[in-house]
Amino acid sequence: MSIRHGLLALLERGQMYGYQLRAAFEESTGSTWPLNIGQVYTTLARLERDGLVRPLPESEAGQRPYQITDAGRADLALWFATPISRGDRPRDELSIKLALALTTPGVDVRAVVQTQRSATIRALQELTRLKYASDKPEDLPWRLVLDAMIFQAEAEVRWLDHCETSLVRFRPGPSRPAGHPEAVDRTDEAARR
Amino acid sequence: MSAVLELRDVHRTHGSGATAVHALRGVGLSVSAGELVAVMGPSGSGKSTLLALAGGLDRPTGGDVLVEGEALGGLGPRELARLRRRRIGYVFQDLNLIGSLTAAENVALPLELDGTGVRAARRLALAALAEVGLDGLGDRFPDQLSGGQQQRVAIARALVGERRLVLADEPTGALDSESGEAVLHLLRRRVDAGAAGVLVTHEARHAGWADRVVFLRDGVLVDSTAPLVGVEHLLSGSGR
Repeated sequence: MSIRHGLLALLERGQMYGYQLRAAFEESTGSTWPLNIGQVYTTLARLERDGLVRPLPESEAGQRPYQITDAGRADLALWFATPISRGDRPRDELSIKLALALTTPGVDVRAVVQTQRSATIRALQELTRLKYASDKPEDLPWRLVLDAMIFQAEAEVRWLDHCETSLVRFRPGPSRPAGHPEAVDRTDEAARR
Repeated sequence: MSAVLELRDVHRTHGSGATAVHALRGVGLSVSAGELVAVMGPSGSGKSTLLALAGGLDRPTGGDVLVEGEALGGLGPRELARLRRRRIGYVFQDLNLIGSLTAAENVALPLELDGTGVRAARRLALAALAEVGLDGLGDRFPDQLSGGQQQRVAIARALVGERRLVLADEPTGALDSESGEAVLHLLRRRVDAGAAGVLVTHEARHAGWADRVVFLRDGVLVDSTAPLVGVEHLLSGSGR
């Protein structure tokens, strides 16, 4: 992660310009990840270069909104569908991903949760297999390292279970913030198709 | 590889009409010899129902349950009871040990019920107790054993004789993590020796011992090794 994917997820709600994106990003991540406006514009430039967003005409106030492209939407879908690998998490990408999934129109959050849970349990199976194979007394230090990883993975699954239970209870409809009518239109179109 | 346990499009509905509860809705599952499958899912997802059906303790309202190729639906109560005693071992959260019998007597009981002579049953029971690390404790009563040791007795009872299918429902109960792990180790070893195992658990750490983890949700199985949804479904905007 992936300021890239964060911004794409926000643009999936509707077109936004730089300052709006920054505010929405901070709101989505509970201000645990402050962004400066420079990062937003650098990322937007890269997204534009890669064809994932397109700039729209400047408003009278001189603000240039950006819109997600079909390629951007596909990239975002891939991100939501791909579990995060253990061991390479500069920030807590998983919790941020779930927070964004909740507020991005049309994302099946339970599917995101389940995809991650399967991946984490698969990691648990691998770790357990390694531990089962390391049963000599001199393997103890290694076993304890494995235990640490096993307990961390378990904690993640418990948290995912907790998320799912909360989702079942509240089952929020796809959130469509006011002020982005085109997001609503597009989703309705998609639903009609 | 032939399946020791096979569930074919199994349905289990409790009650009928408007108040009917569909505990399982078309579950298919196949477990081979040497394979340990963990079943996970939220409370009320049908995990324990699945295990009860697999063990012939309950009958499906639709579909078939086969143990070593034999459809349980075609068996009368007596045949079913015999199959349960001989081929299926159960480990439950509640140990169900009989307090007035020694550890060895508890383990030997299903064999004796099945017609094995007392002496032969005791020999097999002591071997099963040794297998779970309770060598020399066969003549103790349950209340003279620790919680972890009692759970091992329950495991020995599930494994004694020639059980080809071992079913475990949250088998580590309230044990501390070290003793709980010992229980899973035993289960794993038995499966590696050729039994088929099904482990119902809500703990991911325990599911890690399985060869395959399947998820039950609302009475439907989702295999962890198969992709849940294609990428295109995630953002299709269709929701539900």
